[in-house]
Amino acid sequence: MVSIDFDELKAEDVSRHFGRRKALSRISFQTRTGSILGLLGPNGAGKSTMIAVLATLLRPSGGAIRYGAHTPAAAGAALRSRIGILGHDLFLYPELTARENLAFFAGLYGARDAHAAADAALTRAGLAERAHDPISSFSRGMRQRVALERSLIHGPRLALLDEPFTGLDDASTAALVARLRGLRDEGAIVVLATHDLDLAEGLLDEALFLRDGRMVDAVARPDALRSTYRAIMGRRS
Amino acid sequence: MIRIAWLVLKKDLTVEVRSLEIAYTTLFFAISCVLFFAFALVKEGKAPEDGAAGILWIAIAFAGTLALGRTFERERQSETLRALLMAPADRPAIYVGKLLGIIALLIAAEVVLVPLVAFLFQAPLLSHPFWLAGVLISGTIGFAAVGTLFSAMLVRARSRDVLLPVLLYPITVPVIIAGVRATAELLQPDVELSLVRFWMMLLIALDVVFVTLALWTFEPLMTD
Repeated sequence: MVSIDFDELKAEDVSRHFGRRKALSRISFQTRTGSILGLLGPNGAGKSTMIAVLATLLRPSGGAIRYGAHTPAAAGAALRSRIGILGHDLFLYPELTARENLAFFAGLYGARDAHAAADAALTRAGLAERAHDPISSFSRGMRQRVALERSLIHGPRLALLDEPFTGLDDASTAALVARLRGLRDEGAIVVLATHDLDLAEGLLDEALFLRDGRMVDAVARPDALRSTYRAIMGRRS
Repeated sequence: MIRIAWLVLKKDLTVEVRSLEIAYTTLFFAISCVLFFAFALVKEGKAPEDGAAGILWIAIAFAGTLALGRTFERERQSETLRALLMAPADRPAIYVGKLLGIIALLIAAEVVLVPLVAFLFQAPLLSHPFWLAGVLISGTIGFAAVGTLFSAMLVRARSRDVLLPVLLYPITVPVIIAGVRATAELLQPDVELSLVRFWMMLLIALDVVFVTLALWTFEPLMTD
């Protein structure tokens, strides 16, 4: 497999329809490495659909996504090797242990020593002592931490996180925020879909406000996120 | 491709060994099916001629459908199918891994079913063990090749449990017929091996066609 990389992510008039329902309608934005982009909006705004389109799991009905000079149609598997996704569902096998889950995914992504990669990921998640316990015995927050490490185990250039704060306690939330900042500093493009504005406060370099599948506004370096959100969402479409 | 298929197979078998969900349900269903036929058809210790071949393949097909439905249902429940499809691997490799897992489970079920059918129907199924193994393995591959593809295709369909047998059985009729005819020939007092060889060659040809078509169509079917 040819190795590829990119330093820019660009959405050009991206639309996605499910039958007659327009989940996304002509969304455009651009972001670069070393930044955290937030997709903000109420339930049903199209955040998860946008994440799935960026992950190449869904094809846009219109428009295109460009990963630097690459497109999903041309780059395929090589492009997928540079993308990590933490979905609303955690993509973990409940019957397998945390270590087996992580080693399996590390193997899928071509890690030379999948078990070493899994052990390192478990240490980062603070779950090394639970490595041999099945995922089904973990709390939601612990599963979320394992799932985050699963999505980042191959060192992706583009990290797509859909509601990553779900089920996390204060300490885990703080650790996740630090992890996301670390990813940004290492040169990743982080796209974060959330409706938890308090947790996203001070974390985002750019914010995209979505409502009913449409982009309402985009703000660079947003501060006072909640009041900005209220002001933007309060506008008439 | 081989590495990814092996990883998927190993993972599926580990999950199955932990839960034994498919193994238990498949075996229970297959054994029940054979027992019902035995109670209905064996009169005064005399089984109908050639009946064992048909009953063996019916049990394999019904139990196989049950196993096929569950294998992708598992991936749907925890949405792990999306993670598999996100992996930077040729998507047909995922199909191959899943297919091998199903074949392994069905062969394990056949190891139990063959002696059971032989005993209940007084059929000399084990008189040509290598030929029987060849027929069962080639038939199982053909059946599972189509079934794995349809099971993956229907994973997001609401009525997948109903649709799977409706789609699967008409397509796999040639496999079942060839399997039954080859097995029935092996039960004859004077086995005509050229006839068994013919049916087995037909099964192998069907395997090649079904596996090739499945590998070719898996990627487009699983995108979106």
